Formats: sequence, C-alpha cells, structure tokens
Amino acid sequence: METLATALGHYNYVITIFLMMIGLYIVVVRGNMVKKLVGLSIFQTSVYLLYIAPGKIIGGTAPIIDPAFKVYSNPLPHVLILTAIVVGVATLALGLALVVRINEAYGTIEEDEIFERDRET
Amino acid sequence: MSAVWPHLPILQVIIPLFGALLAGFARRSGAAFAITLVVSWLMPLCAGAMLWQVLASGPISYHLGSWPPPWGIEYRVDVLNAFVLMLVSTIGAVIMPFARRSVAFEIEEGQRAWFYCMYLLCLTGLLGVTITGDAFNAFVFLEISSLSTYVLIALGRDRRALLAAFQYLIMGTIGATLYVAGVGLLYLVTGSLNMVDIAARLGPAWADNSRAIIAALAFVTVGVSLKLALFPLHAWLPNAYAYAPSWATAFLSATATKVAIYLLVRFLFSIFGVAIDFRALPVAAIVVALSLAAMFVASLIAVFQSNLSRMLAYSSVAQIGYITLGIGFVNLAGLTGGLVHIVNHALMKAALFLAVGAIFFRVRTVRLSELAGIGRKMPITMAAFTVAGFGLVGTPGTSGFISKWYLALGALEKGWWVVVFLIVASSLIALVYVGRVLELAWLREPSDAIKDANDPPLSMLLPLVLLAAATIYFGLDTEWTAGIASMAAKDLLGGLR
Repeated sequence: METLATALGHYNYVITIFLMMIGLYIVVVRGNMVKKLVGLSIFQTSVYLLYIAPGKIIGGTAPIIDPAFKVYSNPLPHVLILTAIVVGVATLALGLALVVRINEAYGTIEEDEIFERDRET
Repeated sequence: MSAVWPHLPILQVIIPLFGALLAGFARRSGAAFAITLVVSWLMPLCAGAMLWQVLASGPISYHLGSWPPPWGIEYRVDVLNAFVLMLVSTIGAVIMPFARRSVAFEIEEGQRAWFYCMYLLCLTGLLGVTITGDAFNAFVFLEISSLSTYVLIALGRDRRALLAAFQYLIMGTIGATLYVAGVGLLYLVTGSLNMVDIAARLGPAWADNSRAIIAALAFVTVGVSLKLALFPLHAWLPNAYAYAPSWATAFLSATATKVAIYLLVRFLFSIFGVAIDFRALPVAAIVVALSLAAMFVASLIAVFQSNLSRMLAYSSVAQIGYITLGIGFVNLAGLTGGLVHIVNHALMKAALFLAVGAIFFRVRTVRLSELAGIGRKMPITMAAFTVAGFGLVGTPGTSGFISKWYLALGALEKGWWVVVFLIVASSLIALVYVGRVLELAWLREPSDAIKDANDPPLSMLLPLVLLAAATIYFGLDTEWTAGIASMAAKDLLGGLR
C-alpha cells in the first residue's frame, strides 16, 4: 500500500519509466526498421520527461524577476531538453535516411529478410 | 600569439567545426582535402601547447562567453584530457595524408567533400567530449561525433555498410540516451551540470539520495560502455569497422572508442569517486570481469575470422578489454597501464587498419584466403603490419609490452595472480591470430589474385611507417606515454575518497 502511494505521488517518474521500457522493448523486438526508429524516439522522449517534469515548481511562475513573486520554476531543464530534442530529431532524420538507402539497396526494411539476402550473396 | 594563447581550449573545438563547414561548402574533393589537412595539422599544435601548459602550471579552466562556472560552460583541461586531446589530434594529423588516395579510391567524387566534412565534424565531437567540463555539453559533443560516425560508416563500399551504420545508430543512440538519463539524475540530485561542481555536491547529497546516485552511476556506466564497446555491448563494432571506408576505420578505431573510455574514467574517478566510496560498490569488480571476458572471447572469435578487417575489429574489442581491466583495478599501476594502453593501442590499431587500407587499395580484397604471399608483393606495408601486430601481442620491445607490464603490476599489487596469468594467456591467443596472418603473408607463394600488387605510394606509406615506428619507439622510451599516464593516474587516484 505504501509502495503504491509512493508510486502515485511520483506518477511523472512512473510514466517516464513506462515510456522508457516501451521504447526499449520496441527497439529490441521489432524487426521493421521504421518501427525500431519509432521505439528509439519513444525511448529518447522518456528522458525529456525525466528532465522537464521536476523543473516545474508547484505554485511557481515563469522565471522573470518581479518583486510580486517569490517562487519560480527552473527554466534550465527546458533549455537542456530543447538541445536534446534537436539531437533526437537529427538522429531520427539520419536513421530514416539510412532506412531509405537500405530499402534501395536491399528492397526491404525487415531485418530478418535483409540478413537472408546477405547470406545468399 | 599572446592573443591566441588564452583561447586555445575553444580553438581546439571551433577550428575543426568551421573547417567542417568549409569542407562541406568546398564541394570539390581537392579543396576539401586541403582544408581538412590544414585543420588536422593545426590540432596537435593546439593540443600540444595546452599539454605543455598543463604540465608546467596545472589545469586550465576556460569560461565560455566569460560566464563563470558552474553557471556557464567550463572547458577544463588537466593532465588526463590534455593527454587524450594530444592522442586524438595527433592520430588525425598523422593519418590524414593517407586519406587522399584511399578516399579517392573508395568513395565517389560527389561524396568525397562530404566525407571530409563528416570527418571534421567527428573530430570536433571527439575533441569536444574530451575538453569539456560540463556533463550535458559532453552529451551534445558525443552525439555530434556519433552522428557523423554513422555517416562515415554508411559511406562504405558495400551495401552491408548501410546496415552496420543503422545498427550502430540504434545502439549508439541507446547508449547516449542512457548517459543523458544518468546525467539527468545527477542534475536532479545536485542541481549542477559542471563536473567539478557535481563532484563537490554529490558527497553531501549521498545520505538522502544514495539510491538515485547509484542509479545515475549505473545509467552513465552502461551508456558510456555501449559507446566504448565494452564486452558484451560490442555487437555494433565488428560490422561497423569491417564495412566502413578503410581510412575511416583506421581513424575511428584509434580515437572514437578511446574518447568514450576517457569519459568513463572521468565519471568514475573525477565525479563518483570523489563523492562516494565506489570501491564499496561492485562497479570495479563488474568492469574487471567483463574486461577479462572481452580479452578471451573476442580474441578467440578473432582467430576464426576469414576477413582481415573483421579480425582486427574483434581484436579491438579484446584490446579495449585490457584498457578497462586497468581501470577496474583502481590502483596506480593498473590505471597507468589502462591509460597508456589507450595511446599504445590507438597507434598500433591505426597502423594495422592503414595497412589493411593499403592492401585494399592495391588488391581490392581483404579476404585472408586471397592474401597468401602478400608480404612478398607489399613488403613495406606488411613489415609495418608485422611490427604493429607484435605490438598487439605485447612482445617486449613494442609499446604493447609496456601496457601489459603495468597491467600485470597492477594485478600483482591486488594479489590477483590468476589475472596475471590470464593477461599472458590472452596474449598467446593474440599471437595465434596475428601469427596466422603473418604466416599467410610471408611464408606462402603469392597467389594469382595479387600478382600485380606492390607497395602503395609514399603519401600512404609514410603515415603507416610512422605509426609502426611509434609502436617500437614507445616500447623503448616511455617518458611521453607511461610518464604522463602515470601523472594522470596519480591525479585521479589522489582525488578518490
């Protein structure tokens, strides 16, 4: 019961772990390369959440200094994750470009069929 | 000169970054090569000046945009990363002349300028990871180097290069994401991203957050281990090295995994080791166990390869095992052995892969069955290969012996006689796979497939011979390798709790 209460109290971390495991599972289990990349993106996104969620302070405002406010949210995680999103987009774009080239070279994007075609030659 | 001097740390990263842009815009391969050559030759000057400065007057701290740490990004150069910077930039400079003919032979004209552009971006990333004192900045540079590496591999001559690049992309991204999750946990616990600052705040935070810190340690260690191909996380490496363009393989095998090893050492010794007593955790024991497994399993797999590049790739996994073994000992001799093997292995493996590139340049194949008698046709190339091969085995008189000597001393200091025996035994396996190639190359009659082969032109031969000579030189005079490595190891161990 206590564990459940802790888990509910930290529900944002529970979601993070859930997304992380789903992403990793897709990457490992799926043979289709586009699906693998989708899984990889979900995996990366979970880490964005890990950074962003704790940056919000309940009752805090935007970090613009004003004598009327005492509590501010932390803007730094957002900035970090903007960078990480750019890295993630670049990775996804490069991954998809590779999939296009693999499809041109092999005529398929299923991993097991590709291994079969390599074995034939 | 005096205006440039204080800005060396940022120049080390900015010059290759802008060089990459110029090379990309140049479009013509000749112009791109010229830009790349100039940049590659500037880098060791920059790194050498910093190494000299660090040895003379202690660590350099450079504040980006004059924002003081921990708020701004700090570039921090101490003996350890000046040593690695020097290695990466020197390897790039020495093997660059080899690239022109090798790249012209293996890559289409339209893609050559992009190849040089990607190489310079990769160099930017590797130097950036090494020089930065900011954990998140290290992630960004890690991904700059990794993304450009995937492209370099995909430019390989075989369609399997595409598949290798894709598999590396998946594994590398998982590794980087795990690393950044670990850094995130550290940031949650300490509120800082500056490595020195994290180390200072982690100790007081340990009492309340020990679980989060152990999770962060696990995330970072596994993430970086994927990048450095620690057994059994090495699955991406053999195909990537076997199908990438020859010159790219030589560069990557000598530098990319080494920089990841540096990052692991930095986190274990300068961040976690300063704050918590990680000797009480099983990290070092796990690293030692995996390293021993790498030394044996990967060496044994190498013995049974029919393709020369793949054999050397598996040998790389085994040799990385020696480096991490020394790190896992957590004592002066062991750590010195690990760090010195970073340099020694980089020099030998670059020489070996350049020799493979030269062979491919002449006979268009690297399958062992077709290379019988190659030593008689390409004597200088294979002589360099032989010297570097003996370095891999660890024969006295080569630099490989120095590394293994320190590793054995480290194991003895621990009282681990069995490990000393295992280091010697795994070297014997290396003797088998190197000896197999040497027997084939020197003692057989040349086959028809290679009857027209001869040594490559001077621009390719010179880097190869230089690296092979370095393998012997650093086996005799160890002041610049083991001397600096032991200074770095002393610094790292002195900071441990």
